[in-house]
Amino acid sequence: MAKRIEDFKVIENKRINSDSYILKLSGNTTLPEIKPGQFVQVRIDGSPDTFLRRPISVYDVDYGRNSIRLLIQIVGQGTEALSKLEVGDLLNLVYPLGNSFGEPHEKEKLLMVGGGVGIAPLLFLGKHLNSIDYKPDVLLGFRDKKRIIDFEEFHEIGNVFLTTEDGSQGEKGFVTHHSILSNFKYNRVYCCGPDAMMKAVAAYCKRNGIECEVSLETLMACGFGICLCCIVDTVRGNLCSCTEGPVFNINLLKW
Amino acid sequence: MVNLGINIGDLHFKNPVMTASGTFGYGPELDDFIDVSRLGAIFIKGLTLEPREGNPYPRMAETPAGMLNTVGLQNKGIDHFEKSIYPRIKGYDTNIIVNVNGSYIEEYVELSERIGKLDRIPGIELNISCPNVKMGGMSFGTNLDSAREATKAVRAAYSRKLIVKLSPNVTDIVAFARVVEEEGADSISLINTLLGMAVDVPNMRPVLSTITGGLSGPAIKPVALRMVWQVAKAVKIPVIGMGGIMTTSDALEFLLAGASAVQVGTASFIDPQASIKILEGIENYMIEKGFSDLKEIVGYINRKT
Repeated sequence: MAKRIEDFKVIENKRINSDSYILKLSGNTTLPEIKPGQFVQVRIDGSPDTFLRRPISVYDVDYGRNSIRLLIQIVGQGTEALSKLEVGDLLNLVYPLGNSFGEPHEKEKLLMVGGGVGIAPLLFLGKHLNSIDYKPDVLLGFRDKKRIIDFEEFHEIGNVFLTTEDGSQGEKGFVTHHSILSNFKYNRVYCCGPDAMMKAVAAYCKRNGIECEVSLETLMACGFGICLCCIVDTVRGNLCSCTEGPVFNINLLKW
Repeated sequence: MVNLGINIGDLHFKNPVMTASGTFGYGPELDDFIDVSRLGAIFIKGLTLEPREGNPYPRMAETPAGMLNTVGLQNKGIDHFEKSIYPRIKGYDTNIIVNVNGSYIEEYVELSERIGKLDRIPGIELNISCPNVKMGGMSFGTNLDSAREATKAVRAAYSRKLIVKLSPNVTDIVAFARVVEEEGADSISLINTLLGMAVDVPNMRPVLSTITGGLSGPAIKPVALRMVWQVAKAVKIPVIGMGGIMTTSDALEFLLAGASAVQVGTASFIDPQASIKILEGIENYMIEKGFSDLKEIVGYINRKT
């Protein structure tokens, strides 16, 4: 699948909580196939201190309307600059980049686990799983009620379970504390969130013999395999997260 | 028609726009974005005899107008290169130059000999300037005697075009340029990255796993330009300039200051089409200014009128 460099037009910039927003972008040409788990490299214009592109997961793709959505959390000047984009502004993307989540085996019970802005690649994955007749459960974790990212759309994908660290909504604690994990046996888990969360989920899956893939976030310069900066320490040596990932089977990682 | 061609000895380059080693993979990584064969040359990722894992993560820090890296020459070694990479790239209709590295002079020599057997590699870039390896690399390029010894040894073992890549982390760059010219280098490329570092203040620790790393990007362009200008005036062999070239105008600064060719590096991370845009931009500039041969603008600012 050929990678492209292309300008997109911002058609919506929706604030969804104190530090997160969704950009809806429309392409000039027909979108290529984009797979769940892939990302785009966004060029940041008008932010003098932001030199490199920013890798952002694809949150959703609408092939019919030729548009994609990106769920972004403000963590620094680059993502801050993007949050100020207005309808009609252009955004330059290099895409689609990276591998994708693996397909489930027949009749497997699936769980998607997301933490914070890490829920981003799971919406698109969930829609894909629905399209091939799977109805994954969805377990989402946030720090507190204020930081919950609107997960309304996840209800259409499967049953949604929720934790917050302070118990202000859903079950109290981390995702790995949620009762669904002790009450139900899944065959396959797809996970994206903070490192500590993914490691805890990976440990749970290993203990229980569950297949598990995680989508990692690394410091990245190019996004397509030429700078060798975004490496992940694996049993196969250092692998670039941008070309061999960002999705890794936990058995490949030295966790 | 504008003649953009340049020569290093009897080796012809169809234009002066090349890619900096370590910022262009081996070429195929860019196939989706550009026609690699349009470039004057590709300088491929640094190669060593044995496979190298490189340095631990984190290897990168974004800095004002640039970035630090400490990749540490991660590559799969010459055997893998010959078997799996060379067959995929030898069809490119451009000069493929291999960036050669080692911890000891014997390794540079052995690797150069191996590469000398590959028909489609008309030259090597001797990297005596990598700042991110414990042994070899920059330690050769920051000591005049070692720079001389390394160049001399490889020159004796390698008969095709030898380009020596210099480190900017020295007081007198001209002295190094003269030494490698005396020992038979066909060309000099400069600058490799400037040694730098960054500290993660919230977490109170260095950002890079190796603490220091190599700075690249527009932040280093004025330093690179000054060194290229100094070296181009001091040696008779062609100089390939690099360091922070992002635009056509940046590339022209180097050519006007005396570089016979330029390498586009970090720019490709942000715009994988940067090298081709610069190539087209140089041609347009020459047409607008009424020049017909690249030689007319190389070193233009140094000529007495």
